[in-house]
Amino acid sequence: MSKFKKKKSGDLPAVNTASLPDIVFMLLFFFMVATTMRETTLKIENNLPFADQVEKLDKKGLVMYIYAGKPSANYTKFGTEARIQLNDDFASVNDIAAFIAAERADKREELIPFLTTALKVDSDANMGLIGDIKQELRKVNALKINYTTKKGTVLGRN
Amino acid sequence: MAKRAAPEVNAGSMADIAFLLLIFFLVTTTIETDSGINRKLPPIEESEEDVVIKKKNIFTVMLNGNDQLMVEDELMEIGDLRKAAIEFLDNGGDKSCDYCKGKKDEASSDNPDKAIISLKNERETTYKIYIAVQNELVAAYNELRDRRAQEQFGLSFAEMEANYEDVNWPGNKEKLKARIDQIKIDYPQKLSEVQ
Repeated sequence: MSKFKKKKSGDLPAVNTASLPDIVFMLLFFFMVATTMRETTLKIENNLPFADQVEKLDKKGLVMYIYAGKPSANYTKFGTEARIQLNDDFASVNDIAAFIAAERADKREELIPFLTTALKVDSDANMGLIGDIKQELRKVNALKINYTTKKGTVLGRN
Repeated sequence: MAKRAAPEVNAGSMADIAFLLLIFFLVTTTIETDSGINRKLPPIEESEEDVVIKKKNIFTVMLNGNDQLMVEDELMEIGDLRKAAIEFLDNGGDKSCDYCKGKKDEASSDNPDKAIISLKNERETTYKIYIAVQNELVAAYNELRDRRAQEQFGLSFAEMEANYEDVNWPGNKEKLKARIDQIKIDYPQKLSEVQ
């Protein structure tokens, strides 16, 4: 009689979440492959400008990074003018020569001519600072530079 | 006694663990930008002798502190710069350049080898605008080189360079290198910056 009576309940059946870990792992692997660990903590705003005639930097290990931009919100006590950051701290233009020397000392001697200096400069910085950096780089004979930019059109974003 | 099946491990918290890892990686990593415009700075050397360059072979680009662009003593929008630069480089005024398609205007540059672009900026110029101008000037050179490469070899200059970098490219790399160098000689990048 009531043996075949269907159990009646108003609840919806639970969604099967067995594949949720797989999905999350997939995302995880994507991020592990596509990104790199942060090497320096930026204390400045670093919103790179756009350009479309870009070339890739050839050797990862042979790049020296010089950052410049306006101090970010936590560091406003350092002013609102664009500043240089080398490694993890603010620096002045005079520190660049020492920084380049230190980077060169780390590398094998035969690789030194291939070292490139990547300038990661905020798009709102002004050219005075960059002119100073370039002059300083010329003094220490670090002539290969790269203006790091994001890929995109120049026009229409100004 | 019948063999008992091992109890199933509860995998309900697997998703939580994976999320935790995911969030850790999201926070500690960045997507690196490792491309940009390559430039070479001029070395510091005290050269006594001044090189004499005819005024018509110099294309002056100036940026002032208000981010206004002046090309050959006239105001210009950045959008028009590429075209103007190509016209200047490709002019071929002394008719020695047989691959130039410019106007052969006597008052403009003699040939691509002699044509020099001089870029001057002020301290107040914004970096963004400077990069935009650099980009347009590099684009002008690249466009001319692409055209020359298409004519001669049926490939764009960018493709040739990509092939040269590509380790799996089957062709003859030395020949390709010679071709790339030849195009670089046809349209040399002579971009000088005034300090």
